Amino acid sequence: MNPEIDKRPRLGPGCRLNDKSQPERMLLMPERALRLNGPSLAIIERCDGQHSVRQIISELQTLYPKANPQKVESDILDYLKRLEEQRALEFE
Amino acid sequence: MENKIPTPLVLVAEVTHRCPLHCVYCSNPLELTGRNGELSAEAWIDICQQAAAMGVLQADFTGGEPLARADLARLIRGAREAGLYASLITSGVPLDEGRLAELVAAGLDHLQLSFQGAREESAREFSGTRTHAQKRRVAEWAKRHRLALTLNFVIHRQNLDELEEMLALTDQIGPQRVEFAHVQYYGWAFQNRARLLPTREQVDRSVDTLTRAGERMRGRTRVEYVVPDYYAKYPKACMGGWGRKVMLVKPDGDVLPCHAANVLPGMAFENVRRRSLREIWENSDAFGRFRGGDWMQEPCRSCDRRTQDFGGCRCQALLLAQDAASTDPVCSLAPRRQLVDTILAEVNGVGRAGEASSWAYRPNPR
Repeated sequence: MNPEIDKRPRLGPGCRLNDKSQPERMLLMPERALRLNGPSLAIIERCDGQHSVRQIISELQTLYPKANPQKVESDILDYLKRLEEQRALEFE
Repeated sequence: MENKIPTPLVLVAEVTHRCPLHCVYCSNPLELTGRNGELSAEAWIDICQQAAAMGVLQADFTGGEPLARADLARLIRGAREAGLYASLITSGVPLDEGRLAELVAAGLDHLQLSFQGAREESAREFSGTRTHAQKRRVAEWAKRHRLALTLNFVIHRQNLDELEEMLALTDQIGPQRVEFAHVQYYGWAFQNRARLLPTREQVDRSVDTLTRAGERMRGRTRVEYVVPDYYAKYPKACMGGWGRKVMLVKPDGDVLPCHAANVLPGMAFENVRRRSLREIWENSDAFGRFRGGDWMQEPCRSCDRRTQDFGGCRCQALLLAQDAASTDPVCSLAPRRQLVDTILAEVNGVGRAGEASSWAYRPNPR
């Protein structure tokens, strides 16, 4: 099931971004780390318990105007779902 | 194989050997460092800064029991300020909620809590202490403080039949992760192997049970397990390869590629009191010895798997085949595999080996 569109994701316990000063941005988690590219970093930075899923989608569509908006939406929903399964995200 | 020096990712900070438990499979060396030989908090903070500058992402604070150090919160704050992800690997025994709150405030990211069994009686037999109820309290506090929690069950022949109970306990606690780690046979576990090594039937059953549990708990708790490599077809990529990902600093500042490397003869380990971590990682004889593939013998040297498992574990090659540069004898392709098969035949035979022997308990150094 896809995350509900009006819920507000935030990073789960023990999950956080590494410091901005590091050469590569990573999502640090217990016993592992995910390397983040431009779009995935933009998504994770918005998983702050303030942005709803709907807002994240709309902001990413604005950030990447050349990408197909439907594709942006479905990619984000997939990504959030995967992170939730790994307990990297919680929805409020 | 590439000969470029890899970037380390993990700093294992073995901050003390002092421990209230006496586990019969402790991964510490037989010769333990006492309190007087331990590095200062300032030295550990400096080590964290050096490690972060080299590219290390995470610091695992372990021991002994790291909580035996009164200054642990300072060390964790130092790791966080250096930019590292800070994990605490603990028995949870000398802990109360106030101290846990202090560690969380210092920046602790993740707590790994070890369990010696699913029941008070068995946990007491293997650890030589009464600790089970305390661990359940620690798990509750971790949740209350929104601290990531991993449960780590050390499993072996004497407690494998409690596996379902361990899973039930995991369900009750609901951690982010659970690890079922079969004992690996070095140090104290090697001394006690005759009573710890499981039977083949137990191993097969445990893999089955844990695979099903992993599916059942998906999305709630990640289930991970480590098989006992004596039963594996190919060896484990020990430490992700010698000097490739992990560096371990002992309580006295010696820097090792793994927990057990001090059993290897003719190997001198350098100390952070005298050389920088980077120099030790890049240029020391110990880290260079088994890095890359030039040291390998056949069949490893021409094997397709040499870049996956790196020839297995050097300490195990020494302990079993008396040659640290030989193929890990647990490998089905190893010329000395017979050594492992003989041990397994004893364990799986009628009138199992070692049932009558007694435990060698790990002492607590002063």
